[in-house]
Amino acid sequence: MIEVKNLYKSFDNKQVLNDINVLFEQGKTNLIIGQSGSGKTVLLKSIVGLHDIDSGQVIYDDVIFNDLNFKEKKGLRQQIGMLFQGGALFDSSTVEENVMFPLDMFTELSYADKRERANECLKRVNIINANELFPAEISGGMKKRVAIARAIALNPKYLFCDEPNSGLDPITALVIDDLIKEITVEYNMTTIVNTHDMNSVMEIGDKVIFIYEGSKWWEGTKEDIFDSDNVELNNFIFASKLSQKIKDLKNVH
Amino acid sequence: MNLLQHIGKYFILLTHVFSKPEKLKIYYKETIKEIDKLGLNSIWIVVIISFFMGAVITMQTAYNTENPIYPKYLIGLTARDTLLLEFSSTIVALILAGKIGSNIASEIGTMRVTEQIDALEIMGVNSASFLILPKVVATIFFSPFLCLLSMFIGIMGGWIAGIATGVMTSQDYIYGIQYAFIPYYIVYALIKSAFFAFLITSISSYHGYYSYGGSLEVGQSSTKAVVHSSISILLFNVILTQLLLS
Repeated sequence: MIEVKNLYKSFDNKQVLNDINVLFEQGKTNLIIGQSGSGKTVLLKSIVGLHDIDSGQVIYDDVIFNDLNFKEKKGLRQQIGMLFQGGALFDSSTVEENVMFPLDMFTELSYADKRERANECLKRVNIINANELFPAEISGGMKKRVAIARAIALNPKYLFCDEPNSGLDPITALVIDDLIKEITVEYNMTTIVNTHDMNSVMEIGDKVIFIYEGSKWWEGTKEDIFDSDNVELNNFIFASKLSQKIKDLKNVH
Repeated sequence: MNLLQHIGKYFILLTHVFSKPEKLKIYYKETIKEIDKLGLNSIWIVVIISFFMGAVITMQTAYNTENPIYPKYLIGLTARDTLLLEFSSTIVALILAGKIGSNIASEIGTMRVTEQIDALEIMGVNSASFLILPKVVATIFFSPFLCLLSMFIGIMGGWIAGIATGVMTSQDYIYGIQYAFIPYYIVYALIKSAFFAFLITSISSYHGYYSYGGSLEVGQSSTKAVVHSSISILLFNVILTQLLLS
């Protein structure tokens, strides 16, 4: 469980996040949605500590993250896995070395055990026979899956995904969504996904937070979205004609 | 950002770089990789440049000392002292600032803009230390070897050019390079080359580490890394010369 209390963040006197209060639940896929520039990536990076917040608290299972010192934060971060927008795989390492990296860094396992664990994770994300390839040699979807494998290598308690479907075709995006959902349940993790892909919202959104102009504008489940009368949320979610038609059809039935 | 802010930020980065490594074994492996990438891969450029510079120094000295009152061995002596005191440490460092500096800044800068550094931080890895310390150690360790190699090849280049052009005899040159030889000059050059290696690596890493944006910014960081490393080398060349030779 991750709780955010009264979080404020600004850059050069420009307020980006205003008084964010939200509870991200364990074993669920929590989605942060919003338009580009609304502040959702800043929120995600503030929660994981990549941005220092101006005020407020980020609490990981009763541990106040922003009160921890550098060493304590490092300790907690070993329980965090993160999937970045572009995958953020290390270019100079092979697929297998990428997944083995956190194991090399933070475990005392033998080489054989580390390799076995890395291959277990790769198999879990359906990456087979690509161990010796470099990130530049694999597709965007594969990169995301390898990044997920790397993120789960140390059995993290928290998983963060920043726009996991960006740049992917709809079918591959669906595969990534399903994978995130399955892994969340399997590892009983607190997963936070930052997205503006409406398919993801409808597929995996156990809990959805809508950020609008740096503030939390709406909160609910994917089912609640259809009944919401929040104008900004409706304008965002049902921006396309297709999604508007789906909403109309759902309301008729 | 003004100069003082940059200097402050640079020293803060260095405190992170020289903090205790997470796992020495991994850092050791990375250092070996960097020795190969930054050190061994620079051997050929050092060999080629040193050979031709040694040759040119010898020829220019010979053509400017044609007056019979100057003994011929002076050509070897001049070539030796020029190479030992300045070329093999300072000029080679300036050349390496271009090669290694831009390489480091663009590598770390690309890692920054593609969020690979964020990925390291999220995992709980001290990214500054993990990425920069092995490079610093590798270059400080390897640059004195490059300096020694440059001295040897430069003197050889001078000898070959001198004989080939007929400006002096082999005996004159060999006598010249041994005449009034001060072994401390080699120590002085090695100290300078190690210090310059630290400047090149740390300054270039600083520019790469704080790259933000995209490929354009990475390119700019790379340029700044070379320029600032070169200026620092020239500045510290004066300071170290005063400290070590006065």
